[in-house]
Amino acid sequence: MEKWRATSNLRRSLKSILNRQLSSVSEFRYLNEKRSCQSSFNLIRDCKSLGQVNAIQHRCFSSASTLVQRNPSFSTLNSDDISYFKGLLGEKSVIQDEDRLETVNTDWMHKYKGSSKLLLLPRSTEEVAQILRYCNSRCLAVVPQGGNTGLVGGSVPVFDEVIVNVSSMKNIISFDKVSGILVCEAGCILENLLSFLDNQGFIMPLDLGAKGSCQIGGNVSTNAGGLRLVRYGSLHENVLGLEAVLANGDVLDMLGTLRKDNTGYDLKHLFIGSEGSLGIVTKVSILTPPKLSSVNIAFLACNDYSSCQKLLMEAKRKLGEILSAFEFLDTEAMNLVLHQFDGVRNPLPASMHNFYILIETTGSDESYNREKLEAFLLSSMEDGLISDGVLAQDINQASSFWRIREGVPEALMKAGAVYKYDLSLPVEKMYDLVDDMRIRLGDLAKVVGYGHLGDGNLHLNVSAPEYDDKILEQIEPYVYEWTSKHRGSISAEHGLGLMKANKIYYSKSAETVQTMASIKKLLDPNGILNPYKVLPHSLNS
Amino acid sequence: MKIMVAVKRVVDYAVKIRIKPDKSGVETQNVKMSMNPFCEIALEEALKIKESGLAKEVVAVTMGPSNCVDTLRTGLAMGADRGIHVEAARDLVPLSVAKVLKKLVEVENPGLLILGKQAIDDDCNQTGQMIAALLGWPQGTFASKVVLDKEKQVATVDREVDGGLETLCLDLPAVITTDLRLNQPRYATLPNIMKAKSKPIKRYTPEELNVEIKSGLEVVQVTEPPKRKAGVILSSVDELIDKLKNEAHVI
Repeated sequence: MEKWRATSNLRRSLKSILNRQLSSVSEFRYLNEKRSCQSSFNLIRDCKSLGQVNAIQHRCFSSASTLVQRNPSFSTLNSDDISYFKGLLGEKSVIQDEDRLETVNTDWMHKYKGSSKLLLLPRSTEEVAQILRYCNSRCLAVVPQGGNTGLVGGSVPVFDEVIVNVSSMKNIISFDKVSGILVCEAGCILENLLSFLDNQGFIMPLDLGAKGSCQIGGNVSTNAGGLRLVRYGSLHENVLGLEAVLANGDVLDMLGTLRKDNTGYDLKHLFIGSEGSLGIVTKVSILTPPKLSSVNIAFLACNDYSSCQKLLMEAKRKLGEILSAFEFLDTEAMNLVLHQFDGVRNPLPASMHNFYILIETTGSDESYNREKLEAFLLSSMEDGLISDGVLAQDINQASSFWRIREGVPEALMKAGAVYKYDLSLPVEKMYDLVDDMRIRLGDLAKVVGYGHLGDGNLHLNVSAPEYDDKILEQIEPYVYEWTSKHRGSISAEHGLGLMKANKIYYSKSAETVQTMASIKKLLDPNGILNPYKVLPHSLNS
Repeated sequence: MKIMVAVKRVVDYAVKIRIKPDKSGVETQNVKMSMNPFCEIALEEALKIKESGLAKEVVAVTMGPSNCVDTLRTGLAMGADRGIHVEAARDLVPLSVAKVLKKLVEVENPGLLILGKQAIDDDCNQTGQMIAALLGWPQGTFASKVVLDKEKQVATVDREVDGGLETLCLDLPAVITTDLRLNQPRYATLPNIMKAKSKPIKRYTPEELNVEIKSGLEVVQVTEPPKRKAGVILSSVDELIDKLKNEAHVI
């Protein structure tokens, strides 16, 4: 009898999902028009604990179906809250318009969609502090948001969290031409910073495909990696200081501009990579390298993966201090890009090679660097490491090489459904995983491997015309277990977000995670900052 | 048949240029230089003609200070057989270039002279036309398609003109200047870069060629164009009329 009642309850809640009614227990939906409703039926039927009627399944295609419940200790927005915010920020910075909410509720990959009813656009640190102070006192959950280009669902609400978007805080505060230290607000778009610095003769130490939309606050909060990490290091090395607002509204001014400062615990590192769960970053001070005039780039082909590895070793040795990027893509990735974009041609069309490597060098002396690169390439060719290659003769050709490498994620999105994994693995083992996955998946889907070979970072992507459970079963948890076995990281640079919140144990020990939870509890006792993400749900953070 | 291609070393097309503080010219120190894009297209066309069997040799020519040899090396890496470098101080005007080319043509006797339609640093669009006049050769400028007929010794050239396309038939030897849509230049592959190291580059000076390169032109000043002012949003037609009358003085 119990079972019957539970089942009918389930069907009722199923109906409410299908009718798209927002019940008091908000739903967290993924978006995919291609999937039929039939699969949702299966979902609910498969729900192990039938008693949990109010638990709404969310489907996140890159991890097995998990149950996320809206934390009942969070309040819901009421009209008093809205009036307060309007009084604090002004009408223009309080957005309840459905169309605008639609965009900020959805992530870049169109995989995660929240149901927030409120978007706030603070223009200063003080406004952010007041917002958080208020939300903390009311126990309203908050999602910090910047450019919304994250790939693990960390930048959009899960349920009805209030979105605090820092895009309006886009001032460059100061720039010291001698030291190259840039101080700016968190909402500055990376590409704008690059143009600004270009005029001054400097560059940003990080560069990623999303530079046209991503903001520096988000980059810092997620410890973004990118294409130049092999040369300039990670943000932990380049960020000299930051200003962050804690959950209770306290402003931590750690905006130092000093290279060396050993006074006490270096708290800024906690915020770098915490994905907005410990505080909202409002200002950043970053060390920028000088822009060197001689940039050369070569696009090479290798026959097998072991040549790619040897090439990397040789490059680090022979190109040494001028090496600034070392990327790789396999034939699948190349085919995808050529297929999806017009106006992109394969620099090495003679025959389809197995692996393509992109090497970039940056230095101060054009002729010296060019000779060094040419000598390295020619000797590698004589040693049989490279089967063919081209050297860019001008900036146009250089951009076309980068277009190929930077275009792979976009091409994957265009090709249909994509399961995306970002793994750090020992360089010798990296491609074994791709080969394994190809065998496992067979004809079900296409496996594409590319990434920052120089950093040991593989972007493993499985491309299929549609999302399908059969494919997902073959991928997870196999990929995570494989990575764990080789002591790799299940998220090299993308972060944990929502997608991998429960997977942290594959790469970190239980004691470590417990300590993380304690820190979270200390800095955010009510857990209002970016809930349901980064740390496992079982830790109730 | 031999084809001669003239190439120029210019500031890379994608670089944001800056004017020197003394307004004497564009800043070229520490700035990326590469082959003029139209010259790349010219060289590509010459290589295509050679690969189709209608020519035996492609010779790349450049003029300027010693660092211009880099551009020749690029040309050789793309596939040219030989290079000629005429040593001269910077800033040769098109007429001087044309005079030097005339002498080189007399030495080398090519059947076809291909150039880019203009250089992206001075945008002169003069050299091709001047050398054709000096040599008395027919010219097909702004070429978007070139077809050679070996037996009849003619070149059929489609030209991009304001009204559309014009097709000309030129007796060889002739001068062709290339436009953007003619072809897509090839990349310099590593094997070719390797081969390029052993290809010969001949050096001349203008004195050896008996050419007077003194220019009759002097650059007085180089300035940036005036910055665009922001637009103003007006609230009524009356305000618009008022502004047009009293501020812009156009009505």
